[in-house]
Amino acid sequence: MKKVFTRPESFNDIPMHYCPGCTHGIIHRLVAETIDELNMVDRAIGVAPVGCSVFIYNYIDCDMYQASHGRAPAVATGVKRVVPDGVVFTYQGDGDMAAIGTAEIVHAAARGENITVIFVNNAVYAMTGGQMAPTTLMGQKTTTTPHGRESDANGYPVKMAEMLSTLDGSSYISRVSVHDPKNINKAKKSIKKAFEVQMENKGFTMVEVLSICPTNWGLSPKESVKWLDENMIPYYPLGEYKVPAEV
Amino acid sequence: MARVTFREERCKGCELCTLVCPKGLITMSEHINSMGFHPATITDMDKCNGCALCARMCPDLVIEVERDEKKVV
Ligand SMILES: Cc1ncc(C[n+]2csc(CCOP(=O)(O)OP(=O)(O)O)c2C)c(N)n1
Ligand code: SF4
Repeated sequence: MKKVFTRPESFNDIPMHYCPGCTHGIIHRLVAETIDELNMVDRAIGVAPVGCSVFIYNYIDCDMYQASHGRAPAVATGVKRVVPDGVVFTYQGDGDMAAIGTAEIVHAAARGENITVIFVNNAVYAMTGGQMAPTTLMGQKTTTTPHGRESDANGYPVKMAEMLSTLDGSSYISRVSVHDPKNINKAKKSIKKAFEVQMENKGFTMVEVLSICPTNWGLSPKESVKWLDENMIPYYPLGEYKVPAEV
Repeated sequence: MARVTFREERCKGCELCTLVCPKGLITMSEHINSMGFHPATITDMDKCNGCALCARMCPDLVIEVERDEKKVV
């Protein structure tokens, strides 16, 4: 019999620290599959964030840095400029990238830095206990919005894919989800495309990935994938927001 | 023919694989693993066609799938 599904070679065989059902694990795997398929384990250089996914450097078997909170795009900029042949990516949560790191991400995109950003939107600050993030939905309960997010006090959720696609420096921008196998396949294709665009030196690329956080949403993993489908996707539509001409 | 292998000790019992098996072949075991979770298992291997949706959904790479190669006539 032939193996039709097995661990990607660039994905270390160690248990991950994530909570049961956390889809950070799926997104990590898709990055590792892409690294294998593009045969670039020796060229890939990742930058880990601060947040639940900080330990990604233990899991993917390529060179990795760990940046201070939100600064991964700035660190990646430096890495790419020093090692232009490297395939440089950041992996960041929404607290990391869309809150404390807003300046870094916006200017990395505006400068058209030739890096790939994997942006995991789970609508909360997960690692620190489920506080409101810029991406928290209206009405969503978090530890800092116990009655649900209200516009008077908390403003409105930020749509990063839409926002960054307005910048001339950005080249490939998409939003995908990993709440079911069909969407996982689409997410994989999009992540691969983003890396390919970077390898063709076409400028800044970002894939926003909608992800579940059962622990801080207070739902089971099964309820969480349903919640994502019913609540996040209507507000954060999936699709390619920007594609370079001949790709 | 297909074979699905669950690496029981890595399973965190999230049940996402049970949600996506098109034939509903996956259930959670009665017993617990060393991490204290009820690991996922397959009820009727003969009915599995090796589509690997369960493996793609698993966040912890617990599942490996093998399938007979299609015969070229
Ligand atoms: C400078 C600084 N400020 C605040 C923190 C606390 N902190 C750690 S992780 C985090 C938010 C992480 O949320 P997110 O980026 O959404 O990732 P997730 O944990 O949800 O995957 C915060 C605020 C910190 N570590 N450093
Ligand atoms: S707290 Fe949420 S994002 Fe963090 S590991 Fe647990 S489920 Fe995943």
